[in-house]
Amino acid sequence: MADSKIIKSKYFFEEDFTEELAEVSANKYADWNKKELKVVGKPVSRVDGYDKVSGSAVFTFDVILPNMAHAKTLRCPHPHAKIKRINTKKAEKIPGVLGILTYENAPKISWYGKSFLFDPHLRYEGDEVAFVAAENERIAEQALKLIEVDYEILPFVTDAAEAMKKDAPKLYDDGNIRGGKPSVYERGDIDKGFEEASAVAEQTYKTQVEIHNPTEPHCSVVNWDGDYLTIWDSTQGVFSVRDRVADVLKLPASRVRVIKKYMGGAFGAKLEAGKYTVMAALLARKIGRPVRIALDRREMNLSVGNRPDSVQKLKGGATKDGRLTALYQYSYGAAGAHPAGAGCSWALRTMYLCPNVKTEEYTVYINAGRARPFRAPGHVQGFFALEALIDELAEKIGMDPLEFRIKNHTDRDQVFDAPYTSKLLLDAYRVAAEAIGWKNRPQPAGSDAGPLKRGIGMSSQIWWGGGGPPAYATLKLNRDGSVRIIAGSQDIGTGTYTILAQVASEVLEIPMEKVEVLLGDTAVAPYCGSSGGSTTAPSVSPAVRDAAEQMKAKLLSGAAAHLNVSESQLVYRNGVIHTKGKNKKSMTIREIARKMGERVLVTTGKREANPDGYAINSFGVQFAEVEVDTETGKVSVKKIVAAYDIGRVLNPKTLENQIHGGIIQGLGFALFEERIIDRNTGKVLTTNLHDYKLPTVKDTPQIDIRIVSKGDSKISNTGVKGVGEPAMIPTPAAIGNAVYNAIGKRIKSLPITPDKVLTALQS
Amino acid sequence: MKKKSVSSSLSRRQFLKGFGSGVAGSVALNKIASALPLQKTLEKAANDANRTPLNLSVNGKTYRLSVEPNRTLAEVIREDLQLTGTKVVCNHGECGACTVLLDGEAVYSCHILALDAEGKSVTTIEGLLGGEELHPLQKAFVKKDGIQCGFCTPGQIMAAQALLLKNPRPAKEDVLEGMSGNLCRCGAYPKIIESVLEAAKTD
Ligand code: FES
Ligand code: FES
Repeated sequence: MADSKIIKSKYFFEEDFTEELAEVSANKYADWNKKELKVVGKPVSRVDGYDKVSGSAVFTFDVILPNMAHAKTLRCPHPHAKIKRINTKKAEKIPGVLGILTYENAPKISWYGKSFLFDPHLRYEGDEVAFVAAENERIAEQALKLIEVDYEILPFVTDAAEAMKKDAPKLYDDGNIRGGKPSVYERGDIDKGFEEASAVAEQTYKTQVEIHNPTEPHCSVVNWDGDYLTIWDSTQGVFSVRDRVADVLKLPASRVRVIKKYMGGAFGAKLEAGKYTVMAALLARKIGRPVRIALDRREMNLSVGNRPDSVQKLKGGATKDGRLTALYQYSYGAAGAHPAGAGCSWALRTMYLCPNVKTEEYTVYINAGRARPFRAPGHVQGFFALEALIDELAEKIGMDPLEFRIKNHTDRDQVFDAPYTSKLLLDAYRVAAEAIGWKNRPQPAGSDAGPLKRGIGMSSQIWWGGGGPPAYATLKLNRDGSVRIIAGSQDIGTGTYTILAQVASEVLEIPMEKVEVLLGDTAVAPYCGSSGGSTTAPSVSPAVRDAAEQMKAKLLSGAAAHLNVSESQLVYRNGVIHTKGKNKKSMTIREIARKMGERVLVTTGKREANPDGYAINSFGVQFAEVEVDTETGKVSVKKIVAAYDIGRVLNPKTLENQIHGGIIQGLGFALFEERIIDRNTGKVLTTNLHDYKLPTVKDTPQIDIRIVSKGDSKISNTGVKGVGEPAMIPTPAAIGNAVYNAIGKRIKSLPITPDKVLTALQS
Repeated sequence: MKKKSVSSSLSRRQFLKGFGSGVAGSVALNKIASALPLQKTLEKAANDANRTPLNLSVNGKTYRLSVEPNRTLAEVIREDLQLTGTKVVCNHGECGACTVLLDGEAVYSCHILALDAEGKSVTTIEGLLGGEELHPLQKAFVKKDGIQCGFCTPGQIMAAQALLLKNPRPAKEDVLEGMSGNLCRCGAYPKIIESVLEAAKTD
């Protein structure tokens, strides 16, 4: 059984391709037939539900260690400054202050490429100046107030367009454009494409900076035991944190343990090790006590990531009969003060069939917090613009926007020139259009009578989310026939604990209650990648199936030995192995386990290789129905119909929840969320949850979800594609198009706030 | 967003604002506030000498504590009583994560001073349990999956409990109103609504 080999594995993760060697399973298993499945695909309740509703779930935020000290960070109040002098004497004298780190006494650890853990050149409001540990947070906070810093205030720039100008204040010696030039993609002949077009649409669309604002703040609790460092961290990637921390502290990876059991959300903001974690580890070693650091909401809004903004100049051409001939994108976005990706052209490159495409994208440094991946980085911005352009083109040639999209459907990935393993987007279009009542939308746009105008809009969606190796899972059989799965993945609120337990329960035919799942601990778990890129379920669930199938094989072989029969005479059913034919002899899993002793019964499953020569993508469409109050400018989203091809559904209950979440975040991005920086002072005005507007329960639309896929056996033994990011991608675009359909005016920049609606109506 | 009624007349923000000018609303605070400039006051308030005795009744148990007067109910619940089920997300009365019941009313515990809870009965998420047994409302949240990451969940459940105590058979609109002071960044709202309606059905 346990066949494996080592391959070069390459797949898309968040913003780029990962490529690494991976040991993969070579085991082949029969396709799961949906009808025969007993646990997988069923609406099983979350296995960690009890912990989460009872208050007993211990998040990193809640970890309390004996003698634990509490830390706070002094952050730069200016958008751009240099530290001339820093004096911590007074702060140190406060009773209860245990230690202070600044660039003067901390090791020089390189961070963000050209910067440092503590850098006296401060490039944004919120940049780290000093780190204090004290008996409690309040004392640490007082100490921050008594640290004296002389700042040399520098000229700043907080707008990407301004920062691109020659005479703009520079964040780095070599200028504000990352890499000094745009990143360019080209296929076909763009000029020829526009010559062939009988209609051309050209438009500039803008999207704003969005802040992740997970409810649990970024936080760590660190504890040294001699040279052994344990970190409880609110992270999406325990191994990524371990490796980074071990590297910068020059510790063997084996001496760093990172644990994450429960985490209060992340959405991409917790994929990397935080500076605060390393600072806490440095200070904990110095003061000889465990240290807890939890960021406050202001810091969350300044310093730990955001979705970069975008200005996208798009141009598209189509023939009269609705064939796209050319697509062009010129765009720029702000990475913030340090390197990050602000690209958003994958939507335009991959969504529709188009032979002539060119994109030029600039990533620009400004004096503001650095961007990080945020639920479908680039795609959420890119789709808002692309789908608006597609609607405009459809209108120009007088074609139904849905029909226009269907006309430009492609079964091949055009960037890599490969067929998709599966693509059921046409089915998704059909069921969703029917469910929303696409035929009954106001035509022409803006023709709905009355001050409350109704409108319907749509957006397609593509994402990677096929995951891939390496991903491993260990399965241990206990003496009583219960099992434990151990994997270095993490459940970030999506239900990973539950779906992995379902897979093991399905294969071994034992009740869910007999399966325990341990995730997020680098000391005991085999490697899995970070939980991002919608890769967790598609990468890890096949490894668990592999581990469970191997265990089943072991049990069969154990039973054969004990019963003195050949394995071919045995049948495995409901956790019992019995012989075929008359005179049935049987053994339960529990009996075999007791006979073998639990030391023997460990298997490690591996994610198999992705199929060669294919592109793996998830697809979907959302239709939004909105109501626009033409007197106040307020947009209400009434209904979203979401139809997806995401391979196999492991758990419809957690899946629905995840799709709801993506849609509601998309709605927030479409209508109210925005980081606002005051141009005159360079300071962020939206640093709390009152000024930064998140959707509330009252903003929740009716949501209708249709899954058109059953499972993609070309990808893996579970046939799963990820859904976390696909859920959010089309929402803002669909809402934007619905608003146009309602009022007949296009709002070209997000968020679609009442003032923009009223201004558009008056134009 | 609807702000919860805070039964105390004194919110923490007002407290901090009023600190230097001596307008804060409780005796213990006035004493400190009038005597010292802000920085010194903050320092002293955090030190042991300034502790005030407090009898706090939480989940049916009375704790004899001694707390600094500037500490919030949320801090005392989480740090002194180590009941970490109650979460702090914004610490500014904006999100509802820290919601507990004060004499049956939902309050933001980050937004009320611990001293102002004296003489009242506080219920936290842990207090809903009957031993190990989940409260029907908690069960409904599991059954209907009114959870994603779970960090806002204790606050959501306490807000729902306050709503159901007042209105055991809420209509959907009542649920939207009653739960509108609790943010869920994961966007589990549709299933939170279902969970509350389910609890109302089974209670
Ligand atoms: S933490 Fe108290 S309302 Fe947000
Ligand atoms: S479940 Fe994550 S914030 Fe509500």
